[in-house]
Amino acid sequence: MQLDFSEEQRALQADVRRFFERACPISTVRKVIDSGDSHDPVLWKQVSEQGFLAAAIPEAFGGAGAGYLELCLVAEEVGRALAPLPAVSSLYQAAELILMTGSDAQKRTWLPRIASGDVIATVAVAEAAGNVAADLISAQVSGGKLTGRKWPVSDGLVADLAIVAARCDQGISLYLVDLASAGVSRRAVKSIDPSRPQAEILFDGVAVELLGAAGEGLGLIDAVRDRAAILVAFEQIGGAQAALDMARDYALGRYAFGRPIGGFQAIKHMLADMYVSLELARSNSYYGAWALATNAPQLPLAAATARVSAIEAYKLCSSNNIQTHGGMGFTWEFDCHLHYRRARYLASVLGTSPLWERKLVAAYRSAA
Amino acid sequence: MNFDDTPEEAAFRARARAWIADNAPHALKPELEVAGFGHLHLQSTDALAASKAWQKKKAGAGWAAPRWPKIYGGGEVSPIEQVIWGQEEGVYAKLAGPFVIGLGMCGPTVMHWASEEQKRSLLPRLAAGEDIWCQLFSEPVAGSDLAGIRTRAERDGDEWVINGQKIWTSGALDADWGLLITRTDPGVAKHRGLTMFFLDMKSPGVEVRPIRQMNQESSFNEVYFTDVRIPDAQRLGAVGEGWSVALTTLMNERQSIGGSMPTGVPELFDLCRDMDLLDDGAVIARLAKFAARSSGLRYTAFRSISALSRGEQPGPENSIGKLVAGSLMQEVAQFALDLEGEAGLVEDPLLAVHQGRFQAMLLRSPATRIEGGSDEILRNIIAERVLGLPADIRVDKDLPFKEIPSGAAAR
Repeated sequence: MQLDFSEEQRALQADVRRFFERACPISTVRKVIDSGDSHDPVLWKQVSEQGFLAAAIPEAFGGAGAGYLELCLVAEEVGRALAPLPAVSSLYQAAELILMTGSDAQKRTWLPRIASGDVIATVAVAEAAGNVAADLISAQVSGGKLTGRKWPVSDGLVADLAIVAARCDQGISLYLVDLASAGVSRRAVKSIDPSRPQAEILFDGVAVELLGAAGEGLGLIDAVRDRAAILVAFEQIGGAQAALDMARDYALGRYAFGRPIGGFQAIKHMLADMYVSLELARSNSYYGAWALATNAPQLPLAAATARVSAIEAYKLCSSNNIQTHGGMGFTWEFDCHLHYRRARYLASVLGTSPLWERKLVAAYRSAA
Repeated sequence: MNFDDTPEEAAFRARARAWIADNAPHALKPELEVAGFGHLHLQSTDALAASKAWQKKKAGAGWAAPRWPKIYGGGEVSPIEQVIWGQEEGVYAKLAGPFVIGLGMCGPTVMHWASEEQKRSLLPRLAAGEDIWCQLFSEPVAGSDLAGIRTRAERDGDEWVINGQKIWTSGALDADWGLLITRTDPGVAKHRGLTMFFLDMKSPGVEVRPIRQMNQESSFNEVYFTDVRIPDAQRLGAVGEGWSVALTTLMNERQSIGGSMPTGVPELFDLCRDMDLLDDGAVIARLAKFAARSSGLRYTAFRSISALSRGEQPGPENSIGKLVAGSLMQEVAQFALDLEGEAGLVEDPLLAVHQGRFQAMLLRSPATRIEGGSDEILRNIIAERVLGLPADIRVDKDLPFKEIPSGAAAR
């Protein structure tokens, strides 16, 4: 049994980590936040040139063709670095959907451009409060034209291509929409994680192209989110580890009552609980990585399990990191809130815990 | 990333499986499968006799203490092979209860500190289940603070005279030998005045009193020593070196690798299915979080096994097992009884929901969170050894033991 990554994969991860340490220090994240930019285009170009995020796209479609295990480790480093990049939207979801269900022509058209970073793609499903459900979708396609309003759309302002869930005669379907088309208007909306911006997009009779079978939209979204959940879980454990490391370092350096606060059991035990939560999430995520890489029948259960525990771990580590820092953790200039915000973004972006808890129990049930 | 055995592991597994098929007490299997955790009770036969018989049979083929050298009754297998053996032994491992302390803690301590002659006479009998060992460490005033023990050992010629009291000793009633930590010098700092012995539990002056536990079982005991005499030859380590010897024992206590502790989560799913609650939103939310923790434990154990399979030591993730499993089972049991409604009040196995298993978990799980390192001690260990945070300030560290303040002796 090897529920672990190989030496070669670990070496790749170390390379990716060094890359982000050099190319994406926290000042890069801050620059995106302070400027209101959607992402860091220089970093995006560098990451794309390295092919890191295209690890799982086949070479025939312009990807690196390395595989999902490699992509998981890249995602962990993206999470650790708080990289301000549209990875979840463009690679983990849009590219996966096109790979999963696109026609040959659609794959040939879009995948090489997504892999190279020339096209940023996103997925537009939500349009109201509540996790994804058919009765919450009122955007509509008739006569090949899309009309409706989608919010929030991650990376929606900068994206070139959106995969939109909308109603048609057969139910909910997915459509490829070139966001440069006539009839698209969009605006930035204030995001809880400004390093991962959100947009509202209005579609007014926009020409669209069906992606996958008509009426299968929600099933496809469900399937792609199982895959994306595992990649996002790796971003979450990377972020949670970074938050735990920050808390540990601060607890060692900050003195109160004549000694490092890390010597007080209240702090020690809080940090130990963060570590425990993180290791549980890490182990579940490794299992998820195996299920993703092998397309195992256990994928839905593995994905839901990894997601439920990774959401919890990052929430715990990022909030307790602020707590460890005391009042300074509440300031804008300390970086604690960047993890707190990113933890919330990653907890929301593929649907929230209640949705995944239902998926977990349903998957456990059908596995038994 | 795979769940396959290496060819060597597969060959070993086949050998273990074949031996178990030929030798295990298959007649006991149905009873063992439904046996709850904790003290083993069997209807068809005496549990201790069945345990000894299986242990003896295993010893004959080198499976009794798989990792030990053959001259001490072991099988000289590798760490990963021991894990595979455990997986294959499966439900029959429940029979090993009386020997767990001896094999896991006393044996390795004897192996490290006793004379060659002693090792050759004691260890094969321990491995074969002919002798049962217990560990005489905790005292009424010294649990987590083990170095604060007070049981006195005073030298008298070639012998030592022991007076004092131990508590929380598992299996002391059945034990033939005990590993005993004592205070030999109260005039020096507490860690420096300790000395370790092993003794015949049938020695005059040893009195074992079962503790009636809150769950009405009695797997733990108090052990009283009144002028008990131990030959100096049964001292382990030098006089005053007892703390180092104890650390050998305690390191082994936390080295159990690859096994997942029971959490009650699969049983909770069964209950929810039987009660048709798997579509209830409030139930789903709790169940999913429990399942994620339980699954995390399972795959954390798999990560440790993976390290062993590569010939490496498992990482620090191995330290979270008992900390997670103890409180998880307690929460699962409380939740199960919530679901059972007023019927949850019934413990009687003939009437109770699911044979009263959740009631048993509820009443046993507090002990899991205390024994073998309390939740608080485990968090300290993770904080200090994994995260590198400072050790607690110990105000009594350099005081002579007899000058250390103590509250009223706790019962």
